Amino acid sequence: MTAKSWPATVNSLILIAVLFAAWQILFEFAGSQAMTAPVETFRYLGHLLTTETFWGHVEETSRAFFFALLLAVLLGLIIGFLLGAHRFSSEVFEPVLVAFYSVPKITLYPIILLAFGLGLPAKIAFGTIHGVVPVAIFTMGAVRNLNPILLKTARVLRLGPQALVGSVLLPAALPEIFTGIRVGFSLTLIGTLLGEMFGSQRGLGYLLMNAIGLQNVQLIMAVTLLIVLFAASVSTVLIVIDHRLHRRVS
Amino acid sequence: MSRAARYRLAFVAAAIVLLELLCRIGVIDHLTMQPPSAMVRDFVLLMASGSMNHAMLKTFTNVGIACAAAVIAGIVFGVALHGRRAIRQVLEPLFATYYAIPVYAFYPLFIILFGLGDAPQILIGFMLAVVAVIVNTLNGLDRVSRVHLKTARVYRLGPIATALKITLPSAAPYLLTGIKLALAYAFIGVIGAEFIMSRTGIGYEISFAYNNFDNKIMYPLILLILAVSIAINAGLSHWEQILMQRRGRS
Repeated sequence: MTAKSWPATVNSLILIAVLFAAWQILFEFAGSQAMTAPVETFRYLGHLLTTETFWGHVEETSRAFFFALLLAVLLGLIIGFLLGAHRFSSEVFEPVLVAFYSVPKITLYPIILLAFGLGLPAKIAFGTIHGVVPVAIFTMGAVRNLNPILLKTARVLRLGPQALVGSVLLPAALPEIFTGIRVGFSLTLIGTLLGEMFGSQRGLGYLLMNAIGLQNVQLIMAVTLLIVLFAASVSTVLIVIDHRLHRRVS
Repeated sequence: MSRAARYRLAFVAAAIVLLELLCRIGVIDHLTMQPPSAMVRDFVLLMASGSMNHAMLKTFTNVGIACAAAVIAGIVFGVALHGRRAIRQVLEPLFATYYAIPVYAFYPLFIILFGLGDAPQILIGFMLAVVAVIVNTLNGLDRVSRVHLKTARVYRLGPIATALKITLPSAAPYLLTGIKLALAYAFIGVIGAEFIMSRTGIGYEISFAYNNFDNKIMYPLILLILAVSIAINAGLSHWEQILMQRRGRS
């Protein structure tokens, strides 16, 4: 069998096997003082998932992440549609968005905390400012590069603004917008976790910070594993949907 | 200056003036945020005092090391990987989901492994940056046109001459995109890691100033980070456009 005919799932499985092997080898070198082995980490994570306090932290993070993602997508779509519909304003603001994207937003954290106070709103705000930019940039690009024929047809059919967005703009721009949401998903997750690392007494980010102080390697590894598993699996699903949407359009 | 750039400048200026007004009339209170004019004054004072020189040197050195290592390793790995189809296909899902994984989640682990020195911060910066370089190197090499490579063969260029005269100029804009992202990501990674937990650096100084409500130090440093990252990004984007145009013409 040649490499060409391997399906994507086989590649993913090989990759996962390689990563776990690398982890095990790293563990043999670093020793049990510094890290835990794969099997043990899974076992400890499994144990954690049966305790109620841990679920409390997971729930807290999930709630913050959910609202942050919701806000990032909504705001991103609004900004993207507004700027994308008007070519000149998108020319004016695109570099501003790109510049904001490249800024280490963690430095803005003190400002967010001072504005929102400790707790859920600050975490949500921090997640949102991470995720909103890619959604806005991709949506803007998608709307701006729409085939003009589509818009002309809509005008010929005398579609109102609602029908224009609902049955022309959104379906045509959806693949690109979805890519933006996919990138926004990852960044929002990073932002939310970072938010929890500082301004919070609950959530997985807080657990990580706390575990550094206690030198609790077992907990660090288990929480990191959980986050990585979650991020990687959701992102894989999103990529599959993304490819399907793009293929359907082309 | 183009019309869009003038409007952009006007917009940014208007936003700063608005912020100044809001701070001056007390809508935003002094403890939360200082007026921009005061920030600039504090910035000049802080830079003149030289008290941040050590932290700045530390941060910029670490960013430099992380970025340089990522660029070198990324390009070498990208070149080695190009044309090795099977390995590339196995690694594809890793590249696709890599940026969905919050790299900061590994930071606690790195602190346990390497201690609280420079290594964990550099490693985080490196990890964030290196995959962007690999992906863009592969992308650039994929886009070298076949005709150009055939022409090289017709002229009987050796492998080194082909690389220098054909492959490199043709892939240069994409390599530069990789380098630009590497610099931005190394910056984000190092500053973020310093902010989370470290003993020195600008990120550390910002979080230290924040914990002491020392706005006279915190805001100028935030300003510094924003200015540096935006300037780097703008400069490299400009260069990237020049290379892209030159590539298009040839």
